[in-house]
Amino acid sequence: MNTEFAGKPTSFQEIILRLQNYWASKGCAILQPYDMEVGAGTFHPATTLRCLGPKPWAAAYVQPSRRPTDGRYGDNPNRLQHFYQYQVIIKPSPPDLQALYLGSLEAIGIDMDLHDIRFVEDDWESPTLGAWGLGWEVWCDGMEVSQFTYFQQVGGQDCNPVSGELTCGLERLAMYVLGVDHVMDMPFNDPQSPTHLSYGDIFLQTEQEYSRWNFDVADADKLLKSFEDAEAECARILAAPITDPKTGRDIIMVHPAYDQAIKASHMFNLLDARGVISVTERQAYIGRVRALTKSCADAFIQTKAGTL
Amino acid sequence: MADLLLEIFSEEIPARMQKRAAADLKKLVTDGMVEAGITYESAAAFATPRRLCLSVVGVLEESPTLREERKGPRVDAPEKAIAGFLRGAGLTLDDLTVRDDKKGQFYVAVIEKPGRMASDVIGEVVEATIRRFPWPKSMRWGAGTLRWVRPIHSILSILSKEEGAEIVPFDIDGIVSGDTTEGHRFMGSGRFSVTSFEDYEAKLKAAGVILNAEDRAETIWADATNLAFAQGFEVVEDAGLLAEVAGLVEWPVVLIGDIAEDFMGLPPEVLQTSMREHQKFFSVRNPKSGRIEKFITVANRETADHGATILAGNQKVLFARLSDAKFFWENDLRVSLDDMAAKLKNVTFHNKLGTQAERISRITALAREIAPMVGADADMAEQAAKIAKADLSSEMVYEFPELQGLMGRYYAQAAGLPQEVANACELHYSPLGPSDVVPSEPVSVAVALADKIDTLTGFWAIDEKPTGSKDPFALRRAALGVIRLILDNEVRVSLSEIFMRRIARYEGERLGRKTGEVITEFSAVLENLDASVNVEKFREDYFNDKRPNQNSEATRSLLESIGEKKVNLLAFFHDRLKVYLKVQGVTHDVIDACLAMPNNDDLTLLVNRANALQAFVKTDDGENLLQGYKRANNILAAEEKKDGVSYEGEPELKFAEADAEKALFAALDVEEKAISTAIETEDFAAAMAALANLRAPIDAFFDGVQVNAEAQIVRRNRLCLLNRIRVVMHKVAIFSALNG
Repeated sequence: MNTEFAGKPTSFQEIILRLQNYWASKGCAILQPYDMEVGAGTFHPATTLRCLGPKPWAAAYVQPSRRPTDGRYGDNPNRLQHFYQYQVIIKPSPPDLQALYLGSLEAIGIDMDLHDIRFVEDDWESPTLGAWGLGWEVWCDGMEVSQFTYFQQVGGQDCNPVSGELTCGLERLAMYVLGVDHVMDMPFNDPQSPTHLSYGDIFLQTEQEYSRWNFDVADADKLLKSFEDAEAECARILAAPITDPKTGRDIIMVHPAYDQAIKASHMFNLLDARGVISVTERQAYIGRVRALTKSCADAFIQTKAGTL
Repeated sequence: MADLLLEIFSEEIPARMQKRAAADLKKLVTDGMVEAGITYESAAAFATPRRLCLSVVGVLEESPTLREERKGPRVDAPEKAIAGFLRGAGLTLDDLTVRDDKKGQFYVAVIEKPGRMASDVIGEVVEATIRRFPWPKSMRWGAGTLRWVRPIHSILSILSKEEGAEIVPFDIDGIVSGDTTEGHRFMGSGRFSVTSFEDYEAKLKAAGVILNAEDRAETIWADATNLAFAQGFEVVEDAGLLAEVAGLVEWPVVLIGDIAEDFMGLPPEVLQTSMREHQKFFSVRNPKSGRIEKFITVANRETADHGATILAGNQKVLFARLSDAKFFWENDLRVSLDDMAAKLKNVTFHNKLGTQAERISRITALAREIAPMVGADADMAEQAAKIAKADLSSEMVYEFPELQGLMGRYYAQAAGLPQEVANACELHYSPLGPSDVVPSEPVSVAVALADKIDTLTGFWAIDEKPTGSKDPFALRRAALGVIRLILDNEVRVSLSEIFMRRIARYEGERLGRKTGEVITEFSAVLENLDASVNVEKFREDYFNDKRPNQNSEATRSLLESIGEKKVNLLAFFHDRLKVYLKVQGVTHDVIDACLAMPNNDDLTLLVNRANALQAFVKTDDGENLLQGYKRANNILAAEEKKDGVSYEGEPELKFAEADAEKALFAALDVEEKAISTAIETEDFAAAMAALANLRAPIDAFFDGVQVNAEAQIVRRNRLCLLNRIRVVMHKVAIFSALNG
């Protein structure tokens, strides 16, 4: 671990940096965020696709996540429509994954002697990803700080070997560690730096803007069109012949297709926030996104990265 | 003798599964042992969040040798037969002994099954148990093949004897059994070995683990009530939560904290539900204000600062949670109940029964119709029914479904609606079970009846009736609810008529949806179905202003189907009623005697009659009268059969000869009048009293008069007199249904 960071962290970014250092020291590849709008770090192809197939894998990354329905115009102390998740995914799940996880909490300054850490049953399921696993939400003094899951199935495929996934909402965790009551008050960079910025300095305005747009202004017809376009494109990509006529190589375009699945999923979330999806339709939309992820998963295990 | 200690140490086991898992472990392992001849004296199983433990005392160290004698073929049997016998027994010819019987000599195989060591058996049994353990949900982990509720880290398995403990050796998918375990994740210090159950339990305690869940629950409850009491407060009891929390901790430490003043405006049920569901907190009430003002949380450890950091953290989480609840509450208050109800247009109730909004409009119409029967104002019943389920689309109920109805009441109150309307929002779901309180406010009664009858007739219309143990829509509960609502409130209503119209409306809606046509030539068919149906009303409801079509065959079959469904639903009610009344001491034969009377769809009338009859048959008069009735009935049946005629004519006084006969004529004249009057006014007690007056004259008649007299005219008259007894008594109930 990097000894530069001793004692308690003082800012949001220091917590992120400490996590990156910690998981790097434990042998994870530190990836960068996926460059698309997603609802959670699990959607990153480094998790969704890489947990499939037999090849060992270990990665950690920050993923900006968007949940349009959670917008509160920046008023709620910890609910945001845009937030950061920290994600660790290791295949096969190592026997000491719980201990590794607790080590990461120590690394960000949680004193194991003063706090009450608990693993409380929480089985994870993502209907849009066609995925489920068993695990816990991890509580620190009654606060859910992480989600800990042993993936059993993703994209309709059995996970074999099983991947262990750790996910946490960084803002909530950081607020807890830094002792901040309202997310907007949280120091983003070092409070001693000449230009110190709070989380609110950076995100209060955007939370307001997006809350208004998500709830009331987004053009539902265009979103729907966009959903349908992504859906069609995903299918079209996967339907293309495996052999590329130009290069003569076999190239299954899983990731481009999966990008379209991600896009459709986000469009669905936006439509949901707009309140234009009825309960019966909801299930149908979720089923359509799941069909896309499933077809991507099926394709991935035909590729080099998805086989031995 | 030895004692077995088995511990399966894993990552955290869900609290809700621990108790059952401990019981399953005990059963599977001990059953397996006994099956292999390893008996034991007693066994006990325990669970904590990280371990399942089984202690078996007095284990047989080696199973007894089993000796089996198998009779074989005769010595002169064909070689093939002998060879087959040897193969089956696993022996050679030299191993067999020869015995004599009357028919000659034959072979006997003596097979000895040597005893097996307990440790060998236990190793196999534990592996089999782990591989087929009935977890509600299990998982794989890493690259292994085992399934367990969460990854297994180690298995401790020892047999302790006087001379010391030894490991029961086995290896399950790479997990090698041993004699060590760990204590509390944070309060313990590394692995330690154990030599017996007592040693294990004591060392665990020293390492921060209370093994027994009941001990943990007791500690939690005692500490919680003491802490609250010391501050003049009381903990709201919650046995389910207590058991759950006991499954979340190995070393419970109880802490008490405050709820911020900001949230005192929230309904107490919201505070309680939010704290219980999200945080597993107990609610702490101030007995003076009656409000929930504090909470109890249970930590899993001791800390140097005596839980100060933990409590502060929990308090902060609660603040955020309740901020959310407040956000929902305030948002909901901004939306009118009508707008909430309008959102239910998008919510499906059942794919064959339409949306929640359609359902509400049906309930509204029905509530209006029922209102006058229960003494409710029709407009108010309609108003209540329209909004009673509106809270299903509120943010609060979306978050906490168990608050349905209750939130409706709060929102209706906040909107300044009449108290009766607000109450109906909550109470129209009642009664939910056999012991739940039955609403008595007329508006609530009207909506509650309408809600349940709509559900029942709807599911009957689409043929989704409960079968056997399957009742996914809780229709039995709904029917019992209707019965209790009617009886407790003495509601007078013809259920047949309502069922008919409702089912017809469903069928009409379905047919209308399917073909857009309406039905013709219905009234004659309809009248044949049941005389109690209000045909005019049915016609009006069913047709509105539409022109009937010409498809008479379809009409007939549809109307028949409606009638059958109605009859079937009423029979379902009668079955539920029998079950319900039996508990109240009314026997099945008494109910049957009353069910056979007209207007049996009026449950209040039916039960009044049944109660009076039940009381009557218990009296001396009642018992004797019943005997007299049976005697009359038997004689009549026998004579009618013999003569091939029925003696239903009116007996005439002028042919009466004996005094007792004349007296019976007089008594029947008097009491028949009394009975008719009593029945007309539904005074069943008076009707029973009049019946009681017939006992003596009937007894006297049978004592002093020979029914089968020589003179045919006298005999015939007497048989008609017996028939008249039957006719008069049947004005009260069908006595032939009674046992006795």
